[in-house]
Amino acid sequence: MNRPQQPAMAGIDLSRFHQTFFDESAEGLDLMEAALLRLDPAIPDGEAINAIFRAAHSIKGGAATFGFSELAGFTHLLETLLDGVRSGAQALHGNDIDLLLRAVDALRGLLAAARGDGKADTSTVNALLAALQQRLQAAPTPGSGSTTSSRAPAAPQRGWRIAFQPSRELFASGNDPLRILRELSRLGDCEIGCDVQALPTLAQAQAEHCYLAWRIDLIGDCERTAIAEVFSWVEGECELSIEPLSQEPVNAARVPLAVIDGGRASEPAASNDHRSDGGSIRIGTGKIDSLINLVGELVITQAMLQQLADALDPVLNEKLLHGLSQLDRNTRELQEAVMSVRMLPVDFVFSRFPRMVRDLAAKLGKQVRLVLSGEHTELDKGVIERIADPLTHLVRNALDHGLETVEQRHASGKDATGTLRLSAAHQGGHIVIAVSDDGRGLDRAKLIAKAQERGIAASEQLSDGEAWQLIFAPGFSTATEVTDVSGRGVGMDVVKKNIEGLGGAVEISSQPGHGMSITIRLPLTLAILDGMSVRVGEEVMIVPLNCVVESLQPQPEQIRSLSQQAQVVKVRSEFVPLLPLHQLFSIAAAETRPEAGILVLLEAGGRKVAVLVDELVGQQQVVVKSLEHNYRRVPGISGATILGDGRVALILDAPEIIRLSTQAQAA
Amino acid sequence: MQTPAAVSAVAPSSETRHGEGEFLTFTLGSEEYGVDILRVQEIRGYDTVTRIPGAPDFIKGVINLRGTIVPVVDLRLKFKLERADYNDFTVMIILNVLQRVVGVVVDGVSDVLQLTPEQIRPAPEFGASIDTRFITGLGALQDRMLILVDIEKLMSGADMALMDARSQALQ
Repeated sequence: MNRPQQPAMAGIDLSRFHQTFFDESAEGLDLMEAALLRLDPAIPDGEAINAIFRAAHSIKGGAATFGFSELAGFTHLLETLLDGVRSGAQALHGNDIDLLLRAVDALRGLLAAARGDGKADTSTVNALLAALQQRLQAAPTPGSGSTTSSRAPAAPQRGWRIAFQPSRELFASGNDPLRILRELSRLGDCEIGCDVQALPTLAQAQAEHCYLAWRIDLIGDCERTAIAEVFSWVEGECELSIEPLSQEPVNAARVPLAVIDGGRASEPAASNDHRSDGGSIRIGTGKIDSLINLVGELVITQAMLQQLADALDPVLNEKLLHGLSQLDRNTRELQEAVMSVRMLPVDFVFSRFPRMVRDLAAKLGKQVRLVLSGEHTELDKGVIERIADPLTHLVRNALDHGLETVEQRHASGKDATGTLRLSAAHQGGHIVIAVSDDGRGLDRAKLIAKAQERGIAASEQLSDGEAWQLIFAPGFSTATEVTDVSGRGVGMDVVKKNIEGLGGAVEISSQPGHGMSITIRLPLTLAILDGMSVRVGEEVMIVPLNCVVESLQPQPEQIRSLSQQAQVVKVRSEFVPLLPLHQLFSIAAAETRPEAGILVLLEAGGRKVAVLVDELVGQQQVVVKSLEHNYRRVPGISGATILGDGRVALILDAPEIIRLSTQAQAA
Repeated sequence: MQTPAAVSAVAPSSETRHGEGEFLTFTLGSEEYGVDILRVQEIRGYDTVTRIPGAPDFIKGVINLRGTIVPVVDLRLKFKLERADYNDFTVMIILNVLQRVVGVVVDGVSDVLQLTPEQIRPAPEFGASIDTRFITGLGALQDRMLILVDIEKLMSGADMALMDARSQALQ
């Protein structure tokens, strides 16, 4: 097949399409990788090979169009190999998958280089090019000698060879050959070769003239009339020939083989689903975010109207009130619909793990089976982006520390192949992601010994749950030896911090000898928060509900003074440090006596604090707005929101407040 | 003083030109100042603000500007003017500086003036309320004298405490 020539498009500024090409190519590479990982060389799945081929093919086409010649050249070789595999001319070996996976990595590098992010690793690329070439020559395909078409028809397939040479003045009649070609590709799988012989030099070329001709091999079960119909608009303006696709001369020895493989006539179907993505469009997140902001505004305005309407006489204003309640329902639904736009399946992060697990397992000499479930569970894009690193860390840890080597597993009578499970599920307003393995589990005695060695407070009396929490202590690592996979002990504490930063929580359960499981509980979205509004002096503040344990009106005897400043409150059998919010935020005219106000018990990071407020105002969902966007970070405040009356209320950062209060007490 | 009329401006140009151009003039105490009109987003009456804990006294707090949280700086407090009253005539200029939106409270907004290069003199070393670092020149206009302010520099300065050290370093 001819390499598409780029000067055909000269004069059009193609750079504005680059981003789309990069995005689509990145997706294509992800798809290739996923399909390669699914592929079993012993019984290659035709559909998977087709998917890989199609992805490579579109990257190649795009790269050539946009003039990324390195990318195009590399993909071309890859495509040739894949095409051979697809048509059955090349057998697939186990190490081919590794080669192809490495090729995918190299393509990622080339793509990044084309985008301008750093330079491609030329030595790796060249080595891979050589390897691919060698692989191709090792088993030459009959058709691969010619560059016009490397396709060797595997089975007697129906198809047409179309020669299409438009007249020079084709454009003048408003026809576009590209549209025709696109139309054709809807009829079946197209191999399009472009004939650029008539193309003059740029200086002589007339922009309005069409100098190109095409030869199309259309594989698919379609009638000649259907093809003729595609060309009906350009009848008389082109030279056109449509002939049944003749079988290319095939080796006699290959024919029976081809017949055995003959079940692979699935190409037309495959090309159909290739185009099934017409139901979606690509939108910048900025647009979605501004939409979400606008809807947030609408919700606030609606709440404002509702507040005003509450003062009206329900009998006299029945119709108005009815309209308002309808507005209420509509805005709520609109808000939900808009929020769902930001939701992405968790597969977005999960999809990176098959490859990572495969590579790591090979490196560590372990046998691992990765089981993913609930990959379609959706959560906010912002959360997904920030959960990727912590999850990667947990998976690495499970592979490195959790799962045993084959010998160790044999010795303890387990299946030689360890199982690593990644699951995601909705639970109430949360999403729960679990990383579990059937490895050796946590060793309680070792954990405690290690903690003591590292100077972390730990004793034999710790409950199991408390002992497991030790792995989150800074500077803690359970691996006796530091490997290059993990074991440097900078991770688990960061994992926990990141997840708590998202308003989530981490839990561990472990059974010695049977494996362990780390469960992450996250809010569905960062844009909306369930909050409790409290009043302190004149100010209204929002406390995130997920941190609130309870609120109480203390009796004077519950309050104890430790020193002149510090006070604690006895809640049942527990003493909790008391933190007057007005003091922390220096708010004037607030209630200073705990027994006259309300105590809100907050919990984060395993610590509790009771904050003193004047009164509880209500409970509501609030749209979180950034303070940092136009201002700066404020200690103890995680953001702001807009109340029903249009005023701004600050949202408390509960974990930070607890940290601040313990610091203050230590000082 | 004029009633605060809404003045909206096009998106600010990427560079600050403090040569000729149009300036929005405002008063602080007895002095008259001018800012590049392209930095001005709108003019509003002073509204209730939500106080920010730990902020210096000249940062009055934040307001809700059609869904965006915008900090408000009282320039009168910042420059330690004697009087800083809040009444129906107190005016806020909403500025667009360094991709941020900031509101500043001033004594009053007068008008929009066109200045030619000849009318702009270099800033002398003198004792205005504003540090001379932020003054780009003096505009002479018949009997009036305008102090032209580099509002971006003023707002992004460390002593304004409007930005994190990190975003300051980025500028």
